[in-house]
Amino acid sequence: MTCLPARTDRKLGLVIDLDTCVGCQACVVACKGWNTENYGAPLSDQDPYGPDPSGTFLNRVHTYEITPENAPAQIVHFPKSCLHCDDAPCVTVCPTGASYKRAEDGIVLVNESDCIGCGLCAWACPYGAREMDATARVMKKCTLCVDRIYNENLAEEDREPACVRTCPTGARHFGDLADPDSAVSRLVADRAGLDLMPDLGTKPVNKYLPPRPRDRWEDASVLAPFLEPVADSPQGFLGWLDRALERL
Amino acid sequence: MHPAPSVILFTVLSGLGFGLLVFLGIGEPEVTGWTAFWFFLIAYALAVGGLVASTFHLGHPERALKAFSQWRSSWLSREAWAAVAALVVMGLHAAAAVFLGVTFTPLGWLGAALSLATVLATAMIYTQIRAVPRWNQVLTPLHLVSASLAGGALLAGQITPASVLLLVAGLIQVGHWKVGDARFAEVGQSLASATGLGAPGRIRAFAPPHTGTNYLLREMVHRVGRKHARKLRALALTFGYALPLGLILVPGAGHLLGGLAVLSHVAGMLASRWLFFAEAEHVVGLYYGARG
Ligand code: SF4
Ligand code: SF4
Ligand code: SF4
Repeated sequence: MTCLPARTDRKLGLVIDLDTCVGCQACVVACKGWNTENYGAPLSDQDPYGPDPSGTFLNRVHTYEITPENAPAQIVHFPKSCLHCDDAPCVTVCPTGASYKRAEDGIVLVNESDCIGCGLCAWACPYGAREMDATARVMKKCTLCVDRIYNENLAEEDREPACVRTCPTGARHFGDLADPDSAVSRLVADRAGLDLMPDLGTKPVNKYLPPRPRDRWEDASVLAPFLEPVADSPQGFLGWLDRALERL
Repeated sequence: MHPAPSVILFTVLSGLGFGLLVFLGIGEPEVTGWTAFWFFLIAYALAVGGLVASTFHLGHPERALKAFSQWRSSWLSREAWAAVAALVVMGLHAAAAVFLGVTFTPLGWLGAALSLATVLATAMIYTQIRAVPRWNQVLTPLHLVSASLAGGALLAGQITPASVLLLVAGLIQVGHWKVGDARFAEVGQSLASATGLGAPGRIRAFAPPHTGTNYLLREMVHRVGRKHARKLRALALTFGYALPLGLILVPGAGHLLGGLAVLSHVAGMLASRWLFFAEAEHVVGLYYGARG
């Protein structure tokens, strides 16, 4: 059914800390590694070692440069995967019922055996979170690692998404955003977590924690105070030299 | 958006076919026997040909029947239902006209309404997508429906309705371009809102997330040269609307000029539809540093 559930009991999702992410791409690799051999069709690559490589990924890390006023430019790495939106436009456009949002935990999934590969859901997603696999010819998207988080064959600590588990800086957090007391909800509250393109009405579940204000020019270096000019008008020998040269 | 030939052909051809079915349904012209046979043959060839072309862009056309299941939420599913209903009802109407030589007016009108609904449902597939601001405007359904009706009237040989509709459709086409050009800015999404990094200061894309290209860039970040687009718009207006209008207004214009008018209209509509896709900017381009 591609009608959205009236409400979901839980809202499982990710909170991504843009302050901590160092852009190492480990989550990209872990995501591809787990998802190419588990839920649904493999994530194919085309011409992977040739001159024009391209492939299917469920998570990609962009890099941006922001230039605050009166502060040095700052690089921000920006991981992006499906935001498991509450009002997911990708679900309602699907003609076959292949795309759906689960009422029990809010995860947005594609039932690949129903997907006709029309691509309409990828058009409807503002965030570029869906990619059609060129080999399987069905729509692929982040599954929130649904086959890990409930998987009793895995050790307790592995029952979280592959990208979260692998991130060496702890920049990705997984949890229930419907529960105001969950660790992720508290992070969002403490750090003013935000939605991407909120005006488009998708009500994303995933949140992004903005980078903390960083360096200012004043404290760009601990040595800066020692490099300040000691005096504006030189005294003594230097002063004499300065005046002598001036007179020439 | 990527201007896929299958989708351009689909929307142009089936738009024309269903447009012609509207006129045959309301009895303009009221035809029976062999004349009806040829008229309906052309209409069905265009409508069905277009629908077949549309299946070429599916990854799994063999599962197309599943697309009938989600009419409660999906315009694509509604379009499938409307198309089948229109073709069945108009098929009965056609059989009566061709073999029995009679026309059941209510049946024809029902078929006409369903044909119109099909074109409208196709238009809504594009109109509903908020991530493509150029399509997400009132003039999109008006443009696609008016173009389909103008083409239908032209094929049906209805000079007066065709002239009025060509003029109206041409004006709506210009309006769709004008409003469309401003839509992206009006919707107001930027790299800052796409990343939430607006507050700290100016932002620009510094490094792409992948070295090669990908599905998103191929499918949704198509770029057209502005000069190129301006020329194509002129061609679409001239051949799609102005020239056919001039040709059918020539006093005593017969089948030859009428045929030329149809060919010119189809050529113009192909250009117009190419632009409809190629010029449509998807907001995902923002993440890749496209469009400010
Ligand atoms: S991020 Fe895109 S694919 Fe994921 S739920 Fe939202 S609209 Fe759908
Ligand atoms: S590509 Fe598949 S999942 Fe997406 S809208 Fe089409 S049928 Fe549904
Ligand atoms: S939750 Fe799983 S599928 Fe989604 S981005 Fe992370 S690793 Fe990939």
